[in-house]
Amino acid sequence: MRIGPPAARVGRQVPLAGAGPARPALAGRLRARGLSDPLLAWLFIGPTILLLLAINIFPLLWTIWLSFTNYRANRPNETVEWVGLRNYQRILTSEDIWHTLQVTAHFVCWSIFFQVVIGLGLALLINRQFKGSGFWTTLILLPMMLSPAVVGTFWTYLFQPQAGIFNYIVNFFIGAGDFTMIGDVRLAPWAIVLVDTWMWAPYVMLICLAGLRSIPDYIYEAAEVDRAGPVRTFFSITLPMVLPFLMLAVLFRAIENFKMFDLVVELTSGGPGSTTEVASINLKREAFEKWRTGFSSAFAIILFVTVFGAANIYVKLLNRVKAR
Amino acid sequence: MSPDTARSVVEPGATAKLLAAVLVAAYALVALIPIVWIVLTSFKTPSAAIAYPPSVLFSPSLEGYVNVFTQRTRQTPEYMASLPPPETWYDALVRSRNMVIAGPSRFAERYWNSIIIGFGSTFLAVFLGTLAAYAFSRFRVPLKDDLLFFILSTRMMPPIAVAIPIFLMYRTLGLSDTHLGMILLYTAVNLSLSVWLLKGFMDEIPREYEEAALVDGYSRFQAFLKVVLPQAVTGIAATAIFCLIFAWNEYAFALLLTSGNAQTAPPFIPTIIGEGGLDWPAVAAGTTMFLVPILVFTVLLRRHLLRGITFGAVRK
Repeated sequence: MRIGPPAARVGRQVPLAGAGPARPALAGRLRARGLSDPLLAWLFIGPTILLLLAINIFPLLWTIWLSFTNYRANRPNETVEWVGLRNYQRILTSEDIWHTLQVTAHFVCWSIFFQVVIGLGLALLINRQFKGSGFWTTLILLPMMLSPAVVGTFWTYLFQPQAGIFNYIVNFFIGAGDFTMIGDVRLAPWAIVLVDTWMWAPYVMLICLAGLRSIPDYIYEAAEVDRAGPVRTFFSITLPMVLPFLMLAVLFRAIENFKMFDLVVELTSGGPGSTTEVASINLKREAFEKWRTGFSSAFAIILFVTVFGAANIYVKLLNRVKAR
Repeated sequence: MSPDTARSVVEPGATAKLLAAVLVAAYALVALIPIVWIVLTSFKTPSAAIAYPPSVLFSPSLEGYVNVFTQRTRQTPEYMASLPPPETWYDALVRSRNMVIAGPSRFAERYWNSIIIGFGSTFLAVFLGTLAAYAFSRFRVPLKDDLLFFILSTRMMPPIAVAIPIFLMYRTLGLSDTHLGMILLYTAVNLSLSVWLLKGFMDEIPREYEEAALVDGYSRFQAFLKVVLPQAVTGIAATAIFCLIFAWNEYAFALLLTSGNAQTAPPFIPTIIGEGGLDWPAVAAGTTMFLVPILVFTVLLRRHLLRGITFGAVRK
């Protein structure tokens, strides 16, 4: 049951507040009883802001401070020295860090590429609205709701060289006996792309589907009148109309994949060697295994600034596309 | 759809539809293999789980589920022979592998932690989020857009980067490895989602309803409580499920900030693998029990999924 104005009016016994102004003027500057609006606003927003200040902003400021020191969290009693920009200098000249950023870039770019191709493809197919499309859509969406760490764990089982069903299927088709996906230096970076794509192509699909459904029918009918072929229709109507949605999906995926940790840690833990050591795994090693807290704080800040900056530029671009 | 549009470009032909249906179904079936396979594996025996070629037909066993809940020790045949007959079916199952049950494993505890931390943080995030979302939706708040963007930007930090100072802060405050610490942390992470989603839902509730209530002498707070909240119930429920799923699935913070006491299931499941790294059925059983609630929630949520995964940026 909807509780609208009639139901609210049951509380008539309460006298009308500020009975002065005539009805039409009420909507804009109605004086309510009880707490004033600005006070209530701050009471309502305050706790959220306080919690975020305590658990996000304060730690961020602390990280910035730590990034200029040589602090090590496993030796809390040692005197902390201010080292200026030395941590940043070390990071920008470290080959390890450049390697880890290259691994991350490979992972982010290729996984997004495949997710866009598969996601958009599936969305176009589902948009044909065949019988049962809702059922199949729900099934397709399941992987993206699962815990990435647990997904990583069970994919290591599927990738087992001896017993894994993935390897069995590959061997069945190519006939090679000792195929391995996550143990191979060349294939491991593709293994993480594969699993991430399996998990998140449905995400791109769902957002593209919303885009496709937002295109009004009459545009296609006009194209039909103009005798535009299917290819032309796709490139001059469908794609431009879906583009803002697709770009939004890419934004969210890019931020998430740039931060990626859980899936890759459980799948390959960065190996073999450091071929799949994405930025977050490297950061975890520096911060919680080597305990170079100052150094890793500087790296964390660099990563955050990169994501934040890139996201801001991208959103500007997205708004320009939307406005077109 | 009216019959006269049936042959236009908007409505695809029967062949096109059939082709689309076949391709989509094929993708769905292939994509579901990993999930189905892990559920099947949870009912295999350890030796069947590492058989080559992988077996699709096998006699089901509950060994994985017994193993995930128990700790077992291997015994000599003489000792086994000296034992009284097994009291329960799971005793018998374990003894058939020349082992005895030494005690419960920590899986149940970890699962329970996931439930406490998941529900605790969801409640807090939705409670705070509802209040903030209402204020952002209805009141003139100075710097509103900046505040909203600030709330969203807290999601852009890599979890490991947040974990460094949180680790130090919690160590000082004595919150390391406690339920309260994890609940507060997950609440803070989920607040961005909950504020943004709920603001979207609140924006859709017509203001006239509250204004009518105000005219009738309700205070602003009463109007919020008695008029707006009942209208927002669906949105609040959907938001709560999204927060719960995030907290349930979270791994990085749990791995770095908890160990013995407040550890949740995700960092624990990979460690189930056991002696020789071969007990895949136990891992599969733990995984299955962990995933089933999520699969149920996904089906329940399917109409709100789009909103949830885009922080309310895309609505149907």
